[in-house]
Amino acid sequence: MEATIEVNGLRKRFGSALALDGMSFTVHPGQVTGFVGPNGAGKSTTMRVILGLDSADAGTALIGGRPYPSLRHPLSHVGSLLDAGALQPSRSARNHLLWLAHSQGLTARRVDEVIAQAGLGSVIRRKAGGYSLGMRQRLGIAAALLGDPPVLMLDEPFNGLDPEGIVWARGFLRSLAAQGRAVLVSSHLMSELQDTAEHLVVVGRGRVIADTSVADLITTASSGRVTVRTTARPQAMEVLAHAGAVTAATGRDTLIISGLAAEKIVALLGESGVLFSEVSAHRASLEEAYMELTRDAVEFRAAVAVPADTEEPAR
Amino acid sequence: MTAGTVAPYQPDQQTGRDGFAPLLRAEWTKFRTVRGWVIGTVVAVLVMFGLGLFAAGASSSSCQSTSGGPVRTGQGCVTIPPVGPGGEAVSDSFYFVRQPLAGNGSITVRITSLTGLLPPANGNVPGGPNAPIDTRPGLVPWAKAGVIIKDGTAPGSAYAAMMVTSAHGVRMQDDYTGDTAGQPGAVSPASPRWLRLTRSGDTITGYDSADGTHWTLVGAVHLAGLPSTVQAGLFAASPAYQAITEGFGGGENGLVGPSQDTAVFDHLGRSGSWPAGAWTGEYAGAADGSGIGGYHQASGRFTVTGSGDIAPVVPGQAGDAGTTVTQHLIGTFAGLIVVIVVATMFITAEYRRGLIRVTLAASPRRGRMLAAKAIVIGAVSFVAGLAAAAAAVIFGAQLAHARGSYVYPVPWPTELRMVVGTAALIAVAAVLAVALGTMLRRSAAAVSLVIVAIVLPYILGAASILPVGAADWLLRITPAAAFAIQQATPQYSQLTAIYSPNSGYFPLAPWAGFAVLCGYAALALGLAVVLLRRRDA
Repeated sequence: MEATIEVNGLRKRFGSALALDGMSFTVHPGQVTGFVGPNGAGKSTTMRVILGLDSADAGTALIGGRPYPSLRHPLSHVGSLLDAGALQPSRSARNHLLWLAHSQGLTARRVDEVIAQAGLGSVIRRKAGGYSLGMRQRLGIAAALLGDPPVLMLDEPFNGLDPEGIVWARGFLRSLAAQGRAVLVSSHLMSELQDTAEHLVVVGRGRVIADTSVADLITTASSGRVTVRTTARPQAMEVLAHAGAVTAATGRDTLIISGLAAEKIVALLGESGVLFSEVSAHRASLEEAYMELTRDAVEFRAAVAVPADTEEPAR
Repeated sequence: MTAGTVAPYQPDQQTGRDGFAPLLRAEWTKFRTVRGWVIGTVVAVLVMFGLGLFAAGASSSSCQSTSGGPVRTGQGCVTIPPVGPGGEAVSDSFYFVRQPLAGNGSITVRITSLTGLLPPANGNVPGGPNAPIDTRPGLVPWAKAGVIIKDGTAPGSAYAAMMVTSAHGVRMQDDYTGDTAGQPGAVSPASPRWLRLTRSGDTITGYDSADGTHWTLVGAVHLAGLPSTVQAGLFAASPAYQAITEGFGGGENGLVGPSQDTAVFDHLGRSGSWPAGAWTGEYAGAADGSGIGGYHQASGRFTVTGSGDIAPVVPGQAGDAGTTVTQHLIGTFAGLIVVIVVATMFITAEYRRGLIRVTLAASPRRGRMLAAKAIVIGAVSFVAGLAAAAAAVIFGAQLAHARGSYVYPVPWPTELRMVVGTAALIAVAAVLAVALGTMLRRSAAAVSLVIVAIVLPYILGAASILPVGAADWLLRITPAAAFAIQQATPQYSQLTAIYSPNSGYFPLAPWAGFAVLCGYAALALGLAVVLLRRRDA
């Protein structure tokens, strides 16, 4: 079976709200694909449709070319984590994994293997109700691995993880992808996917805004922009704006300039006698690139944290 | 690394078995790993068993029962009825004019009259058993007289008889529960009845005739193990007079008193090996000779007077101090409530936490998942119900005997049906609870609905809360009809008694009542599957 997720033209309406509006993308094996968008963009709904839990009004979702409900022992085809809190609180974590294993014809030996993989060793016989969100995420990841599936799909797996847990999860997801699996990881915070995802599917308002590799996205977002560090910021802005550049102050002594090449900027500032300590090609952060993309698509602006150092256009 | 260059992932583990068994195993693992559900099931067993023992022990009596026949043990004590060939409690007291019949043979007789006396209408029943009855003429509907062939004179022994009755025409009856209608109509000098019984081996055949020439076969019965010499002759019996009035929750015996009947026989004819000597007349079945009866023989004419009855004895009647197996299963409703809660939670807990999505992602064929769930909860409930019912019946009977109270015997197939049927009732109710839990997705609503559907009608019907008519209907059309599986004694058409839900008689036959519950459960399960498939999880 080919390790892919193919989503094509999904539409779904909940009452008057259009949750999915032609959602289409493909998740390829061998890399972590980030599934990013603001809350309410349709990420979880898409995942539920992929798993056959919700039915779409139109469109198809295929795992390795087959619809999910036609899979026998589906956990051997796709491992998923939708909601880390989906547990019977009075059942021990190990028994949670055990019934899932039994449902796929797997044995307790496999349960012990994924417990070790997810780093759950010592607390596995405690009731799941007493687990922290971080522990539940690890348990959910262990459950997703039970069937040793070629495709993994995790909804907000970093939620509730402590910093150490986030580092572990990033490395773990990368290693799973390196084994040739297709890994789809959703998040509403782009920063969580930094250093993890190689490919991004950015969504907003139920449709795909961008389907691109991380490298391409950052190149696009950075293209032609130059960072200038100077103590004489107002003079520098005046000189460069006069030459036709768009300038933006991003700090007390930093500017981001677009519309002028670095050499031209150095020459202009030299001619005008404005002192500067640095002129360099700007490299956008993933967060910046994402904000740029979703600026129009954000439905719930308040839910998206706007970092204080984000550039503000000025002239 | 780009997508095109990646070698596809090769799992190194074997895929497990496909099929239904893994789903069953998964649901069983789910059930047994939630301690509250296991404890709940144990509690259901204990509650059911405990209430059964309480019911068995509460009806204690100070009377000492003695075996071997009806014994009147004193004021407030019950007469211990003999046990018939079928294992049920019977009444076997009547006036018997008999001779031994060796080997095969037959007896034929004509009856020209059946008259009788009833207790006074004002309810003044005389106190002592031998006190003269201040009476009025009349017959109870099942006053009976005729010819009988009987295993012997031991109470509860096998028999077959042809008889006239006051209100039910000619009947052939055998072994207390068998009853076949012959010619209808009352007997009178103008319209006499001829009756004949023929013995051939273990088979006894009954005939009736209006003229002694043209005979009609009424029935043939097989009395297993009938000895070569039997007691045969004429009999008369008249059950107690009962004025049954309709009360709340069941009939009430407004007046109960002894009655008697007198039959006139002639044209006695016999074939086979009969002794030449005189007839023996005695009141059979009352150890202290308290029965009313006698006979007079003159010029080929026998006038026989008797009282008592040859019929089953059924529980739940006035003055009844015994208990039945049904009462030992009284805890069923309480255990059922606990089982319903557990069974409902088995599915609604998954909805509450969103666990249903994990379940359905693991088992996308939703109908199969629900079937596995229903089978697991049904099997668990069946085993729990079986343990509780068997323990309540076995230890309930022991406790009752130890405390000197009487337990109506029931034939072992009936007892088995009651115990296994109770377990099946609980199992199917659990399946109904799972189905409704799936439909409603809310614990409280589903639990309430199932209890209202099963337990409430049972309590209303069986606890004298509703009038008989309403109770009967409730126990016919609601899932509570299944409690009919716990009926210990059938309703006998040949026995006048109070047959109401609160005295242990249900409007539907045991398995028919159970089928009503099964119908509801199947319908609910079908709807649950449709909804489960159609709805977003």
